[in-house]
Amino acid sequence: MAEYESHDYDVVVIGAGGAGLRAAIEASARGARTALVCKSLLGKAHTVMAEGGVAAALGNVYPEDNWQVHFRDTMRGGKFLNNWRMAQIHAQEAPERVLELEEWGALFDRTPDGRILQRDFGGHRYARLAHVGDRTGLEIIRTLQQHAVHRGIDVFMECTITKLTKDGNRVSGAFGYWRESGKFILFKSKAVVLATGGIGKMYSITSNSWEYTGDGQSLAARAGADLIDMECIQFHPTGMVWPLSVRGILVTEGVRGDGGTLRNSTGKRFMFDYIPPMFAKETADTEEEADRWYTDKVNARRTPDLLPRDEVARAIHYEVKNGRGSPHGGVLLDIATRRDEDYIKRRLPSMYHQFKQLADVDITKEPMEVGPTCHYIMGGVRVEADSAQTTVPGLFAAGEAAAGLHGSNRLGGNSLSDLLVFGKRAGEHAAAYAAGLAAQPAVSEEEIDLEAREVLGGFDSQGTENPYTIQRELQDSMQALVGIIRVEEDLQQALVKIAELKERSRNVGVEGNRQYNPGWHLAIDLRSMLMLAEATTKSALERKESRGGHTRDDYPTAVKEWESRNVVSRLQADGSMSVTVESKPEMPPELQQLFEEG
Amino acid sequence: MPTAHLRVWRGEDDGDYYEYDVEYGEGMVVLDVVHLLQAHQAPDFAVRWNCKAGKCGSCSAEVNGQPRLMCMTRMNTFIPGETITIAPLKTYPLIRDLVTDVSYNYEIAQTIPELKPRPREADGTHRMGQVDIDRGQEFRKCIECFLCMDVCHVIRDHEENKREFAGPRFFISLANVAMHPLDTNPQSALLDPAFGLSYCNITKCCTEVCPEGIHITDNGIIPMKERSIDRWDPLRKIFGGSR
Amino acid sequence: MAQAAGTTRRVRNMEAIQRRYGQTHRQDNWQQEPLLIILGLGAFAVYTTISALLGDYWPFEAGIDPATGHATYLSPYFEPLFRFEGLPKWFSPAIWILWAPLSFRTTCYYYRRSYYRAFFRSPPGCAVAEPAQTYTGETNFPLVLQNLHRYAMYVAIVFPIFLFYGAFKSFWFGGHIGGEFGIGVGSIILTINAVLLTLYTIGCHSFRHFVAGGLNQFTASPFRMVRRRLWEIFTIANENHRRWAWISMIFVGVADLYVHLVAGGIITDLNTWSQF
Repeated sequence: MAEYESHDYDVVVIGAGGAGLRAAIEASARGARTALVCKSLLGKAHTVMAEGGVAAALGNVYPEDNWQVHFRDTMRGGKFLNNWRMAQIHAQEAPERVLELEEWGALFDRTPDGRILQRDFGGHRYARLAHVGDRTGLEIIRTLQQHAVHRGIDVFMECTITKLTKDGNRVSGAFGYWRESGKFILFKSKAVVLATGGIGKMYSITSNSWEYTGDGQSLAARAGADLIDMECIQFHPTGMVWPLSVRGILVTEGVRGDGGTLRNSTGKRFMFDYIPPMFAKETADTEEEADRWYTDKVNARRTPDLLPRDEVARAIHYEVKNGRGSPHGGVLLDIATRRDEDYIKRRLPSMYHQFKQLADVDITKEPMEVGPTCHYIMGGVRVEADSAQTTVPGLFAAGEAAAGLHGSNRLGGNSLSDLLVFGKRAGEHAAAYAAGLAAQPAVSEEEIDLEAREVLGGFDSQGTENPYTIQRELQDSMQALVGIIRVEEDLQQALVKIAELKERSRNVGVEGNRQYNPGWHLAIDLRSMLMLAEATTKSALERKESRGGHTRDDYPTAVKEWESRNVVSRLQADGSMSVTVESKPEMPPELQQLFEEG
Repeated sequence: MPTAHLRVWRGEDDGDYYEYDVEYGEGMVVLDVVHLLQAHQAPDFAVRWNCKAGKCGSCSAEVNGQPRLMCMTRMNTFIPGETITIAPLKTYPLIRDLVTDVSYNYEIAQTIPELKPRPREADGTHRMGQVDIDRGQEFRKCIECFLCMDVCHVIRDHEENKREFAGPRFFISLANVAMHPLDTNPQSALLDPAFGLSYCNITKCCTEVCPEGIHITDNGIIPMKERSIDRWDPLRKIFGGSR
Repeated sequence: MAQAAGTTRRVRNMEAIQRRYGQTHRQDNWQQEPLLIILGLGAFAVYTTISALLGDYWPFEAGIDPATGHATYLSPYFEPLFRFEGLPKWFSPAIWILWAPLSFRTTCYYYRRSYYRAFFRSPPGCAVAEPAQTYTGETNFPLVLQNLHRYAMYVAIVFPIFLFYGAFKSFWFGGHIGGEFGIGVGSIILTINAVLLTLYTIGCHSFRHFVAGGLNQFTASPFRMVRRRLWEIFTIANENHRRWAWISMIFVGVADLYVHLVAGGIITDLNTWSQF
C-alpha cells in the first residue's frame, strides 16, 4: 500500500498559468472548494513569457473593430480548422475578461484619453492587442495571482500530478507527488480542470521551459479523453540561434513590425520569393513598396516579412536548407541598417537588452541571427466549446492544453485571451458540475497503488538509462523528423525511434532519493513526452495535406476536405496511441456569411 | 571546450561544498553549466528554473556571493580558471542543494491589501492617464525572483525580523496599491506599521540586485516612508494630501 | 491559503547559515566603498568643524571694500551672514547657519545609506554579514528621528536662494549691487557652488514627494499635471542624488577654503577689479 496524504475538494485545477488561475478564481467565486496545483512556484508559469499582448475587440483604437471581425481573423488565421463555436465565444467574451483584469489591478498601457491602448499584430485586421510594453504575460499572471491568493483558494506549489483517478466513467481525483519531499498526495475531487500548457519540451529548439512536458494532454489521454489536432504545432519564425545556450529564446514579432527585415547570407530579402498565392493580393512585391508600407498603409501593401508565422518559418527553413543561412544556421534579422539607434532602443528595449546581455550582439549595430523555434501547440485535449468539458465527465481543460480555438495556426495575442475566456468558463462549468454531484466520487486504492509503483519504478530498477539522455534523443529526433517540414519517410523513422526510446525508458535508473530530485522527476515526465510524441507523429502521418502549423513536403497544399476534419488521438490498452479522422462541427450559416462579406 | 571549476553547495544544512569540473560551450550562462552538471555528473542536483530568459525569476542563487539570476550570468564574466562558488539563497531555510523554502514570500503576499477600485465610468471603462500609471508599471515589472529579499540584511542576517518585516518586494506591492489611481483603500491600511517599513534603513542593496532595474528604494520604499509621515506634517494639509 | 499544505514553515538554523556563508563569498573588493565613505565623510566633518568653529579667528570674507567694509566674497559656510552685537568673538556666525544644511544632509536618504553601511556596518556591503546580533532599523529612538528629514528639507530648501544671492553679489566689488561690476575666480566658484547645492537640494526625496509624490491621479487637474511635470524634472536630479551629494559637499568645502585663503592673503584671486 502506498502512503499518501489525502485532501477533499470540489474542484482541483492542475496548472497555475493564466488559464489555471482564472479557472480557480471562477470556481472559487462560485462556491466550490478549490485547489490549485502547480509544478513550479506560483507565478512562474509560462504565461510570464508572453510579450505582445492580449487580443480583444475593445475598439479603443479602431471603433470599427468588433467581435465579428476578431472571429473572422481567428478563423482565417487558423486556416478554418478551428472549432467555430470556440472562436465565437472567444471573440465575444475577450473584452470583458480584459476589463475585469483592470478591476483587479492590471495596469495596461493607455490611450491619450485614458482607455486601454491596443497594438497591431500579425493577422489582426485592427490594432487589437491590449498590452503592457513587451511584458503583458507577466502583468496578467501577477494580476490573477494576487487576486487568487485573496480568494481562499488552496495552492499546492511544486506538486506534480501523475494520474487522474476515475469512478466509473467520471473523474474522481488526482494523484501525484510533492516535488520537495517526493511524498505522495491524493486530491479527491468531483471535478478536475487541466490547465497545464503545451508540449514544447519534446523539441530541442523551443521557446518553452522544462514544465512543458504535455502533462495535461497525457493525463487526459490516460483517463480516456480524446486529443485532437496533435500535428498542429506552431514554430515561431524568429527564435535566437546563437549562442547555443539561448537557442530557441523568442525574438518578438515586433522587430519586424517596427521595420526589421529578414535577409539571407547573400544579403537578399528573401521573403519576396515566398509570397503564397493566397496572400499575394495584399502583400508588397517590391522592396520599395514594402518599405513604404510602414508609413503609408493606405497605398502600399504589407511587407512579406510580416506574413503569418507558419509562412515565415517555412521560408527560413528553406533558406537555411539551401545553404543560404547565417554562420550559426539561422538567417539574419536586420533592423540596425533600417532604423536609428534611439528608435530601436525605445521600441524594443527588452530585445536590445536580451541580445546585448546573452549574445554580445548590439542590435542597433549588427543584425540578429534568428531561426524557427517550437512555440505553441494548437492541438490538445478535445473539449466541448461552451463548457470546456472533455470527453470524460468531470474533466475540463483550458488554455494551451485544450484544442480547437486556434485551428491549425494561432494568431499572436489570441493565446492570452484564450486563457482568460476559457479559463473562466472551465472554472464556472467545473463548479457547476461539482455542485450537481451529491457525493464525492470514489477513488480506487488499487489504481493508486499501481501508479505509485510505476512512479517509483526508477529507484528499484537496476536501470542503466539516463533520463536526460533519453530526453535529449527524443528532442533531437522530433526536431529533425517531426519539425516544421514533414515527410512520410521521416515520420515513419520517428515512430521507430520513439518506440525504441519507449522501450529504453522502462530501463531508466534514478540516482539519489525522493527529495527534490530532478532526475527522478524527468524520468516520470518522459512517459507523457513519449506518449505525445507518438500522438503528434501519427497525427502528422494521418493528415495528408499542409495546413497552418502542419507542413508535409509530400502533400504541400491545403486540401479542402481536410478543412472539416480533426485527427483524433486516443490511448490504447497496450499503451500505444491510435489515430482516427473525424469530421468537426459545421459553422452555422449566419457565421458563414461573415466570410462572404469579405 | 573551456572547463568551469564549480564549488557548489550539496545537501541540506549538514551538507557541504563540493567541487566539480564541467566542460561548457561558448556563450553559456551559469544555469547552462548547472544543467550540464545535472545531465552528466549529478542527476539529482536540485535547482529551480523555468524560462531561462530572465523573465520568470526562478533560478535565483548566490554566485560568488552575489545574489543573481543564474540564467543571466554569463560564463565569460568570470576570470578563466576562477573557482565559481554557487550557494543557495541565504535568507530562506534550505531544502536541498540550491533549493530553498520560499513560503515566507507567499505568506506575506496574502497580507498585502488588494486594490479596491472606485466604480467604473458611465461607459463601463476606467480612465487613467499613462502618467498616472507609470509608477505602478515600474513596480509591476517585478518578476518575483526574490533577490531583493535575499540581499536585505534586515531578514538575511536576522531571522527574528521575519515576523515583522514584509521586505522590499512587498513594499513595492504596497506602493503599487497605495499609488494606484483607482484605489480607494484608506492609505493607513497600506502604511500599516505592522509591515515594518521602518525597519528598512534604505541601504539600497535591494535596488542594486534587482535584475529588472526597479528603483525599489527611491521610487517605492522612500515614497512610502514619506507618505507614512505625511500625517505628522501640517504643510501637507495646505497643499492637499494624496490622491 | 495553504501554500504548501502539509508542511510547516522552516526556521533557519543560524549556525548552519554561518557555516555555509561565513561573512561573505563575495570575491570583489567590497571593502573599498565603505572605506572611501569613511575617509570622505570623515575629512569633510573634521574640516567643516574646524572652519566653522574658528569663525572670526580665520577670516571668511575676501575682497573687502574699504569704503563700506563689505566683502566681495563670503564663504558659503557663513551665507547669509548674521552678526549680532554683544556676542563674544568665539561665537562663530556659522553656528547660525550650518545646523540647517548639516541636519538636512545628516537625515538625507542618501547619506543615511552611506553612513549606515560605512560606520554602522549595517550592512558593511551587500550580501556581507552584518556584525550586530540584533537589528531594529529606524523603528526606535534615536533613529526614528530620521523622519524629521521632511522638516530639515523645508528649512534647507531656502539656502540655494541665499547662495545664489551671495554668488550674484560676488560679481560686484564689495558685494555692492550696481557698483563696480567684475568677475573673479571667486565669483565663478561661488556660482558653481550655488548651482551644485541646488542640484543636490532639488533631488531630495522629501522635496520630490512634496512636489507631487503624494498624488495618485495627475490627470485629475491641470495644476496636478504641472506638479507632475516638476516631479519629473526633480526626479532626474533625484536619480543622481548620490553624485550631487558628493560633488556639492566637496565643492562647498573647496569654496570655503578658497575664500579663507584669499582672505588670508595666502593666494591671490584672479579678477577684473583693480583694487582687490
